Amino acid sequence: MTTLTISRALNEGLRKAMENDPKVLIMGEDVGKLGGVFRVTDGLAKDFGEDRVIDTPLAESGIVGTAIGLALRGYRPICEIQFDGFVYPAFDQIVSQLAKMAYRSLGKVKLPVVVRIPFGGGIGAVEHHSESPEALFAHTPGLRVVACGDPQDAYAMIQQAVNCDDPVIFFEPKRRYWDKSEVDIAGGLAAAPPIDAARTLVTGDDVTVLCYGPMVRTCIESAAAAAGEDTSVEVIDLRSLSPLDLTTIFTSVRKTGRCVIVHEAPVTGGLGAEIAARITQECFYSLEAPVLRVGGYSIPYPPSRMEEHYLPDLDRVLDAVDRSLSY
Amino acid sequence: MAVNAAGQAASRPRSQDGPDFKPELIQLLTPEGERAEHPDYPLELTAEEIKALYRDLVLVRRIDFEAIALQRQGELGIWASLLGQEAAQVGSGRALQPRDMAFPTYREHGVAWCRGLDPAKLLELFRGVSHGGWDPKAHNIHLYTIVIGAQTLHATGYAMGIQRDGALGEDGEAVIAYFGDGATSQGDVNEAFIWASVNNAPIVFFCQNNQWAISEPLDRQTRIPLYLRAQGFGFPGLRVDGNDVFACLAVTRKALQAAREGQGPTLIEAYTYRMGAHTTTDDPTRYRLSAELESWKLKDPIERVKQYLIRSGLAKEDFFAEISAEADVIGDRVRKACLQMPDRDPLTMFDHIYQEPSPLLAEERAQLASYLSSFAGHADSLAKEGTR
Ligand SMILES: Cc1ncc(C[n+]2csc(CCOP(=O)(O)OP(=O)(O)O)c2C)c(N)n1
Ligand SMILES: [Mg+2]
Repeated sequence: MTTLTISRALNEGLRKAMENDPKVLIMGEDVGKLGGVFRVTDGLAKDFGEDRVIDTPLAESGIVGTAIGLALRGYRPICEIQFDGFVYPAFDQIVSQLAKMAYRSLGKVKLPVVVRIPFGGGIGAVEHHSESPEALFAHTPGLRVVACGDPQDAYAMIQQAVNCDDPVIFFEPKRRYWDKSEVDIAGGLAAAPPIDAARTLVTGDDVTVLCYGPMVRTCIESAAAAAGEDTSVEVIDLRSLSPLDLTTIFTSVRKTGRCVIVHEAPVTGGLGAEIAARITQECFYSLEAPVLRVGGYSIPYPPSRMEEHYLPDLDRVLDAVDRSLSY
Repeated sequence: MAVNAAGQAASRPRSQDGPDFKPELIQLLTPEGERAEHPDYPLELTAEEIKALYRDLVLVRRIDFEAIALQRQGELGIWASLLGQEAAQVGSGRALQPRDMAFPTYREHGVAWCRGLDPAKLLELFRGVSHGGWDPKAHNIHLYTIVIGAQTLHATGYAMGIQRDGALGEDGEAVIAYFGDGATSQGDVNEAFIWASVNNAPIVFFCQNNQWAISEPLDRQTRIPLYLRAQGFGFPGLRVDGNDVFACLAVTRKALQAAREGQGPTLIEAYTYRMGAHTTTDDPTRYRLSAELESWKLKDPIERVKQYLIRSGLAKEDFFAEISAEADVIGDRVRKACLQMPDRDPLTMFDHIYQEPSPLLAEERAQLASYLSSFAGHADSLAKEGTR
């Protein structure tokens, strides 16, 4: 076991992936000498060369579009989008091209492209640096959408994403980049759960709390606080946002009868809506309360001095848990 | 012949400054402070005008300096410094007529100054109190645009509006779009060039080539001098010494006038240098050599104007002392404006989503209001934050 930050764990995972397969490339803005603005690719250009860790021209559509071309030629590109709010220039390439090429070719083409996106707020940034656009991609068939929430998952999931023959949109919880915990590097990927499996982080009987990315830590802390008041909260890290691990979700909700879904993204049209609808349909007779959602308001991400009032936090999660229990 | 993965054969010049091509740099004031003449850009300035330019340069540098300090002290979330780019911004900014419209990036504090925008407005954005919040019409300067290149299309569309309004002519209107060297790679910027070209729109594309896009040097974006790209799009391009406020003023004036008079777009590449970090969160020692910085120090945009003023006997020590004192006053004012800036009531985050609030927004707002009031002393804590 090694203690690593999420940023460092991603770095180690990327390094492994590059060592294992010479076809793996990294491309993006400032990923070379600088090592990325969050240092996730720190040292990789030096060790693997600037032909494999490519400082691209400043154009996201170009980054993803050429990654598709490289993948057609047998490479496995990992694109870094510098911040969530800057993925939109690449949206067409991701949604109309990356997501659909396997389908259009009746499976003859595969595009093992990973698009890494630091996402979420809470870092006091200016606009376009704090967004949570995961639902846009989860709404796009053909893309795998995942989010890591801790260093161990960061380390394993980035490698699994690179190994995956489907395109993967890989969300990284920006404000947790410097969170540290133990990572099993020696154990390799064998012990890691599959990339499309949810993980139960805290077991409990009263309420199921579903979360991912930056909200994982918030929800674990909420569960600890709730335990102090004799409420037993089960916390599940979804990890895979598309496809969803519905089996794990349904099993837990059938046990607790109550569910709260937490994400930073706006509640309106968010991933929580999809999950709530599925739960209502499949677990209707087990439910003791309506599925509740905690998330951003139906507004653009606010200026940073207001973000603490926008972002879900421990209190808002506990408030939802209480409301769920009050039915 | 060896060819690397980037496909660069050894005999092909890769950089924009290949051996067989010497781009022309338009210059009217040398780094030593000597006046140069250019046949296409005659410029006559009175002593007062030159002193006013000097004052602008010094004051915007001072505001920038103060903002960096405020960021270091935790009063701003981040700041994008204009250090080194004062002449490009003041020269082009002072070339604008009040009726012209400017579309800035996030670094155009000098342009904002020339347009008459209160620097406190800029602090509001970088402090995280608002996303800008000023009325673009009040001083004819649009909001800062952080998404690289997007504003060049807005500027082009605005210029197309001027055409449709019949607002061209000698006293007509024109538009200036600011962007960086990195931005020239974006699709939006290239589309703006095309739109402006086929519509012959009254716009000046003002590219501050400060040699860097965060950690990426110019050769990651281009193999030819940027101003030459204009040719391919069908309009003139030129390179000006971006540290020469006279030349920046002259070339921008001329390009704006051409635009006004229906002659279409011009690309101006202001050749300059980002003397500071990309922003206050950046560490340039990770990717660039200090020798480069040192060589650009010798081309400082302010020092050369000072030398010119002294040599030509237009100003004496008392003038420089006076400007320096004024700069301190403005620095103080900026600092006070920042420290006294009230936080906004969190409930205002629901304002201006639509022209009329939707029922859902009203409900969410009410939810937050009752949630906040459930915490005792909420009002107290707000009051405290306001003075923090
Ligand atoms: C679409 C988009 N992608 C990435 C970024 C992140 N970013 C901010 S500034 C910058 C470099 C810009 O370089 P340049 O255009 O030369 O302008 P400069 O900062 O040098 O003034 C990058 C990549 C962004 N703001 N927008
Ligand atoms: Mg630049």
